[in-house]
Amino acid sequence: MFSRWIKVALSVIGAGILANAGAASFAPQYNRDIKPILSDHCFACHGQDDKARKSKLRLDTREGALKGGKSGTAAIVPGKTDESELIARITTHDEDDLMPPPDAKKPLTPEQVETLTRWVQSGAEYQGHWAFTAPTKPEVPKAGGKSKLGNPIDAFVLARLQREKLKPSPEARPEILLRRVYLDIVGLPPTPKYIDEFVRDYAKRGNVAYMELVDRLLASPRYAEKWARWWLDAARYADTDGYEKDLPREQWTWRDWVIEALHRDMPYDQFIVEQIAGDLLPNATQEQRVATGFLRNGMVNEEGAIINEQFRLEGMFDRMDTIGKSVLGLTLQCAQCHTHKYDPLTHEEYYRIFAFLNDTYEGTSRVYSKEQLATIERIQRGLAEKEAEIKKRLLDWESKLAEWEAEMAQKKVEWAYIDAIENEWVGGLAHPEKQKDKSILTLGFRPTTGELWATGITTETNITGLRIEALTHGDLPFGGPGRSHDGTFALSDLYVEAAPVSEIGANTNHAAEIKKGLVQIPLTNAVADIEAPDQPIKTKFRKSDDKRRVGPANYLIDGKDETAWSADLGLGQRHHDSQVVMKFATNGWESADATFLKVWLKFRHGGEDAHGRDNNFLGRFRLAITTAPDPHDDPLPASVRAAIATLKEQRTTDQQQLIFAAWRKSVPEFKELNEQIAELWKDYPEGESVLNLAQRDREWHRDTTIYERGNWQKPARKVEPGVPAFLHALRKGAPVNRLTFARWLADPRSPTTARVAVNRIWQSIFGVGLVETAEDFGMRSADPTHPELLDWLAVGFSEGTLGEKRTPWSLKQLIRAVVLSSTYRQDSRASETLLERDPRNRLLARGPRFRAEAEVVRDIALTTSGLLHEKMGGRSFFPPVPESLFALNFVKIDWKPAPAPERYRRSLYMFRRRSMPDPVMGSFDAPNGDFSCVRRVRSNTPLAALASLNEPVFVEAAQGLALRTLREGGGTDEERATYAFRACTGRAPKPAEVATILELLRSRDGRIAEGWVPAREVSVGDAKLPELPAGANPRQLAGWTIVSRVLLNLDETLTKN
Amino acid sequence: MEPITISRTELRQLVSRRWFLRDCGVSLGAMALLSVLGGRAAAALAGSAPANPLGPRQPHFKPKAKRVIYMFQAGAPSHLDLFDPKPELGKRSGKLPPPELLKDYRAAFINPNSALLGPKFKFAKHGQAGTEIAELLPKISEILDDVCLIRSMHTDAVNHAPAQIMMNTGSQQFGRPSLGAWTLYGLGTESENLPGYVVLSSANGTSGGASNWGCGFLPTIYAGVPFRSSGDPVLYLSNPKGFDDDTQRASLDALKKLNQLALADYHDPETLARIQNYEMAYRMQSSAPELMDFSKEPKHILEMYGVDPAKPNFARNCLLARRLIERGVRFVQLFHEAWDQHGDLKGGLTRNCKETDQASAALVKDLKQRGLLEDTLVIWGGEFGRTPMAQGTDDGRDHHNRSYSIWMTGAGIKRGIVYGETDELGFNVVRDPIHVHDLNATILHLLGFDHTKLTYRFQGRDFRLTDVHGEVVKGILA
Repeated sequence: MFSRWIKVALSVIGAGILANAGAASFAPQYNRDIKPILSDHCFACHGQDDKARKSKLRLDTREGALKGGKSGTAAIVPGKTDESELIARITTHDEDDLMPPPDAKKPLTPEQVETLTRWVQSGAEYQGHWAFTAPTKPEVPKAGGKSKLGNPIDAFVLARLQREKLKPSPEARPEILLRRVYLDIVGLPPTPKYIDEFVRDYAKRGNVAYMELVDRLLASPRYAEKWARWWLDAARYADTDGYEKDLPREQWTWRDWVIEALHRDMPYDQFIVEQIAGDLLPNATQEQRVATGFLRNGMVNEEGAIINEQFRLEGMFDRMDTIGKSVLGLTLQCAQCHTHKYDPLTHEEYYRIFAFLNDTYEGTSRVYSKEQLATIERIQRGLAEKEAEIKKRLLDWESKLAEWEAEMAQKKVEWAYIDAIENEWVGGLAHPEKQKDKSILTLGFRPTTGELWATGITTETNITGLRIEALTHGDLPFGGPGRSHDGTFALSDLYVEAAPVSEIGANTNHAAEIKKGLVQIPLTNAVADIEAPDQPIKTKFRKSDDKRRVGPANYLIDGKDETAWSADLGLGQRHHDSQVVMKFATNGWESADATFLKVWLKFRHGGEDAHGRDNNFLGRFRLAITTAPDPHDDPLPASVRAAIATLKEQRTTDQQQLIFAAWRKSVPEFKELNEQIAELWKDYPEGESVLNLAQRDREWHRDTTIYERGNWQKPARKVEPGVPAFLHALRKGAPVNRLTFARWLADPRSPTTARVAVNRIWQSIFGVGLVETAEDFGMRSADPTHPELLDWLAVGFSEGTLGEKRTPWSLKQLIRAVVLSSTYRQDSRASETLLERDPRNRLLARGPRFRAEAEVVRDIALTTSGLLHEKMGGRSFFPPVPESLFALNFVKIDWKPAPAPERYRRSLYMFRRRSMPDPVMGSFDAPNGDFSCVRRVRSNTPLAALASLNEPVFVEAAQGLALRTLREGGGTDEERATYAFRACTGRAPKPAEVATILELLRSRDGRIAEGWVPAREVSVGDAKLPELPAGANPRQLAGWTIVSRVLLNLDETLTKN
Repeated sequence: MEPITISRTELRQLVSRRWFLRDCGVSLGAMALLSVLGGRAAAALAGSAPANPLGPRQPHFKPKAKRVIYMFQAGAPSHLDLFDPKPELGKRSGKLPPPELLKDYRAAFINPNSALLGPKFKFAKHGQAGTEIAELLPKISEILDDVCLIRSMHTDAVNHAPAQIMMNTGSQQFGRPSLGAWTLYGLGTESENLPGYVVLSSANGTSGGASNWGCGFLPTIYAGVPFRSSGDPVLYLSNPKGFDDDTQRASLDALKKLNQLALADYHDPETLARIQNYEMAYRMQSSAPELMDFSKEPKHILEMYGVDPAKPNFARNCLLARRLIERGVRFVQLFHEAWDQHGDLKGGLTRNCKETDQASAALVKDLKQRGLLEDTLVIWGGEFGRTPMAQGTDDGRDHHNRSYSIWMTGAGIKRGIVYGETDELGFNVVRDPIHVHDLNATILHLLGFDHTKLTYRFQGRDFRLTDVHGEVVKGILA
C-alpha cells in the first residue's frame, strides 16, 4: 500500500513540474516570476539599501540594472543575454565571478537561471510592486456559465477555477451552512431548535431566508463580540502590562470601545482615525480619547532600576510594528535599524513616521459612565451657579477683583529654582530625571519606600526659605502629580543640608560621596497652597496597626516618618499643581561663599508591595530658594501667579476661572458660598480608567531623531514627521500632525489600507487570506491568489458599494458580501482530486473548513451546554487555572477565579496575563499579546486535546450538555443521541454515528451500574445534583456526561465545517 | 532549510510533499487510520497531510549533540564569587574603580562610581588543569575535568527580563522563538509520548516568563511545555473526577470512530492529525506519570542527586531531566530563578549553591556513567554577571553585562579547560570574548546546524536565532 502512495504522490509532483513547464513557454512576468528570485537571492546586496549595496549595483530598478555598477558594464541589456553581465555572472563556472557568491549559500537553481535568462531575452520589463499602487476597481469577469452566482465575488473565483479547469462544489447542506455562518458572524453555534426552524424556512424561502439570517446575525451584539477579537489580536490587547512584573492594568474600557464601534458598524476609516488620533479631533469626546488606547496596549517595563527612555523607545517600536501590521500591511520594523532591505522604505522614513507618534504623553485618563458624566456636569453647573451668585451679590465684583489682582501683583516673592547638579533615588531602583524647566520627573519603577535627593549650588548669600512644587505631568497617572494608582502622592518628610562650596571641595558632582561638612538647616512654618485635611492614610496603603497619617504641609517638616503632606482634596480635586513654602529657621543661611545644597525627600507612605503597585510618591517636583525677608509674603499658588502675570486679554478661560476662584476664596464674606462650592465636589465620581495618547504640551514638545541601528543610546540627526515616498502623499495643506497622519492611513488613496483590511476579513472566514502574508504586502509578500478580487473588494469596501446601500468602509457590508457569495456557501468536503490539486483550498473550489479559533472553541462548548453567560463588556473575569501555573509567575497577582455564571462568559472577556497565557487559549493558538498578531497559527496538538477533554470549564460543559440532553433531548436514547450530536455539530447524526454513541452509552451505563464509575462525581463533580427531569436518574446523567465529553471533542464540533 | 509550514508557491509545496514522503515517512498509526478509506483517498490524504512537524529530522551536517539539557540560572549568579577568582579585586576592595573602566558604562541600580567589593568566598584549584572555583561548589569542583568553564561571556542587556530573553531567544524584544523551539523546529523529537521540549522550574518564577521558552512566531508545537511540580505534571493530564481509565479508553475509542467517519466524509488532513493527537494525549496520560514516578530509581542515585522524591526542587528537576532525555525528549531546560543578589550576597549564594551544586554535578556524573554525556549537550549559566562594585555597603552586587561565567559539558565540548579571561577586576573580558549570539551559534553548531541557515520566514524576513550575528566558538569544541 505504501508503494502505491508514493506512486500517486510522484505522479502529482510530475504534474506540478509539467504545469510549471507549461507556464514556461510564456515570457516571465516581473512580479510573478522574476522579483521573487531577485528578492531572495540578489536584493540583499543589490537592492535599495545603499549602505548594504555592493559594487554600487542595484537590480531592484530597471534603471539601475541597465546602468550597471562600479564596473560600468550594464547588468542587463534588454533582449541580449550575451551582453548582459547578470546572465554571465549567474551562469559562469568561475567561482570568483559567480553570483550569488558561493559563500552567501543562496545558489540559484537551473530553473531560476533559465527563467531569468528568458526574462532578459524578452526585454527585461520591470513592474511596480502591485501592492504599492492604489487599487482600482477591476471589471467583473464574465465567468460562470451555468453556475449559480451569489454575487460578483463568485465571478472572480469562477474565472480562476475555469483557468485551472476546476469546478466549484455544490452548496453546503443548509444545517452545515447555518452553523458555518453562525460561527463566522457571531462566533457561537445555533441551537438545535433554531436549526430546525432555519432548515424549514430555507426549504421554503431559500436565499431570502439566508439573507435575512445574515442580516439578523450582523445586527446582533454577539457579532461585535466575535469580531472584536479580530481587532484585539492586531492591537496586542491584554489585561496586564508585560515584562517581568506583568501587573494587571485597566484597559478594558478600550476593549469595550472596540465592541461598541463594531456593533455600530463605525466606518473603518473613522475606526482607524479615532484610534490613532481621536484625542486630536475637534471637540474630542471621551470615547474618542478612549479609542487612542489602541497604541497604548503594548507592554511597559517597570522592572527595578530600568532607564525609562530605553523601554519607552521599545514601546514606540512596538507601536510602529502594530500600525505596520494591522493597518498598512507593511513590515515597518525592518527599517528601525537600517533602510529596509526589500521594501522601498528608508531608515529615515521610518523615523519620520515615528515622529508623528513620538510627541505624545503616556496618558492615563478617567472614563466615566453616562450617569457619572451627568453628575460631573451637575457639579460644574452648580459651581457656575454659585459663582454667578457671587457676581450677582457683589455688583462691582469686577473692580474688586481688579483691586485684589493689583494688590497681589505687589506681593510677589522672587524664587530661584535649584538647578540640580545630580539627583538620585537612593539605591537606584528608580532614576529621576531633571527636565528643561528644572523640575525633576521620575518614571520607570515605582518604589514604595525610600529617599530621593537633589543637589544644587547657589551664589545667594542669605537664603531665607525653600519652596517645593508638586507638579502635574502628562506621563503620570491621570496627570499626577503623584505616581500612586490614582495619581496622588504623600510626601513624608523634607529636609535640607547645606555647606559652603569651599568646604565641599571641587567634586560636587559626586554628592553621594560627600558625607562631611554638610549641616542640616532647620525648617519652620511650612505653608501649602493646597493641603488635604488631616486623616489616616488611605486603605490601599494601610498595613496592620498602621498609625500613618496624611494632611497639612507642616507634616513635611515635623521629622516624623508617620506623617506626610498630601495635596489630595478628593475626587475631581487631586490632579493639580501645589506648593509648600518653608522658612529657614532663625536668620536663614548665611554664607560669604556659594552654597552647596542637598535637599532630601523621604517617602514612607507607600504600601508593602515590592513591585510598584503601592507606590505613593511624588512624580514631579521642583525646588526653589528665596532671599525675600518673608518667604510667605506671596500667598498665591504658582498657577494663579502665572495667570495673573498673563495679559488680561491673553488669558484663557481656565486662567480667568483660576483667578476668580482664588479671589473668591480670599473674600471673607463669601465663606458660606465657598463652603457650599466645596461641598459640591463630594459627589464627584471616580470612574474607570484607560491608557491613552495625549499630545504633549508645547513646552514638553519632543523632537524625533533617527536612532542608529535602532539603539536608544544612539540618537542621530533630527527628522520631521512625514510619510514614505513610495506611498501616497499627505493631504495638501493639512497640518503635519498625528491627526493628519491618521487620516492618511485611512485614506482611500492608500495602496494597502483597504486591501489589508479586506484580506484579513477574508482570512478569518476562509482560513487563508487572498494574500497569505496578511501582515506583509511588501515586495516579499506572497502574491494574491485572486488579485482582481482583492482589488474589487478593497475598492468596494472603501467606496461602500458592496451592498445595496452605499456605506463606505462598512465592515458589516464587507462581511455580508463575503458570506452571501456562492463561494462561501460551497460544500467543504474535498474530493480526492481536489485534495490533490489544491490541498489548502487556495483556489476556492470548495467551502472553508478549519478548526475554529481558540475563543470560538470554548464558546461553542459553553453555548452547546447552555452555560454561556451573555453579559457584555466590563472588567475581564479570571478563569479557573491550575494552581501550578502560578509557580512560574515572577510576581503573583490576585487571581480569584470567577464563580458561575461569570466564569461562563465569552472567552473575549477572559483575563489575559501576558506572562501566563491561559492554557486553554494558548493550546488553541490565541496570541498572548506580546506583539501585534494579524495571522494566528493553527496548530493541532495533544495538549489541546487534553485541554478540551479535561479542563474544568470543558468538563462542566459536558455535564451541562448531559443535563440539557436529558431535559430537552426527547424520551429515547436515540432521540437524545441525535439531540446532543446536533447541538455540537449542527447536523443530524448518521445511523453509524448514533450506533457508536449508543454503544458508548450502554457500555458506560454498565460500568456505572457495577460501581466502577461514580455517577455523582462524573455528572457534577463536587457540586450538588441538579433537579432531573421526570424519569431520569443520576446514572443516566453520568452516562450522558461521558458521551457529551466525547461529542464536545468531535472534529466536527471543534471545526467550522 | 526548507520552511516546514509556510511555502510560497505551489511548486515548493509539491517539493515539500515529496520531502515529507521521503524523509518523514508516515507513522504506522496514520497508515492504519487511513486504511479505513479507499486506496486513492488515502493516498491523496497522505500526500496532502502536513508533514509531521515534530518527526525526527536530519540537520545540516552530522551533529555532535542529539539533545540538550540547559540549566538556566536566572537572576544572574555572581561570576566573581563563584567561577572567576580575582585576588586583585580583593586587594582593592573598598576603593573606587579606575575611571577609565567606567567610560560609557551603565549598571542598573548603582552609580558606577561605587566602591569595589572583593570576592566573598575562597577559591581553590581543582581537576587536572588546576581550575580555580569557589569553595561553595564542592561537587562541581569534582567534575571540572569534564567541564569547559567559560569566563568570557558578555551580553547586551542589563535588566533581567530583556537579558533572559536575550540569552534564550537571541533578542531583547519579546516574540522571538527560544533556543529550545529552534532546536525542535530543526530536529523534531524522538519521543512519541512526551513533548519534545520540556521546561522545569524551581525557586521563583522567571523575569522573562513564558517568553523564555516560547515559540515566538514558530508554530505553537515548538514551544516548551512546562512540567509542573505540583498537580498534573502536564496541565489537564488527569481525567475529570470519577472517570476511570476504562471509561477514558472507551470514550477515546468512540471519539476515534466518530472522527474517522468525519475523515471519510471530508478528507481533511487536519482530522487525521486530530485523531492522532487524541491518541498521543492518551499515551501521555500514562507516560507522564511513569516519568514522574521515581520509585524505580535506586537509592544511591537519589542520594547522588540529593533528591527527596516528595520535594519538588532543583535536584528533583535534574534527575527528571535525565529521565526525560532517556525517553527521547530533545530539549530539557531547567530554570532556577534565585541569583539576584543585590543584597545578602554571602547568604544568598550559600543557599543557592547548596540547592544547585550537588544536583548539577550529579546530573553530569550520571549522564557520563550511562554513556549519555557523549551525545548530550549540558549548559549551566545565567543571563549576565555581577558588578565588581558593591551595591549597598558590602554585601551585594548589581547587574553587570560586560562579563560573566557559564559552564558547558557533554557532546562535542572540549573538556577540562577554562576558556576566556577577564581583567584583574573581573570587569571586562580581555581574552576570547563570547557574546550570547556566539554561544547560541555554537550550540546550534553542535546540534548540526549552520546557524545562518536555520531560518524561518516571518513578515517577509528570514529570521534566525542569532539575528545577523554570531560566530561559532571553535576554541570550546572538542
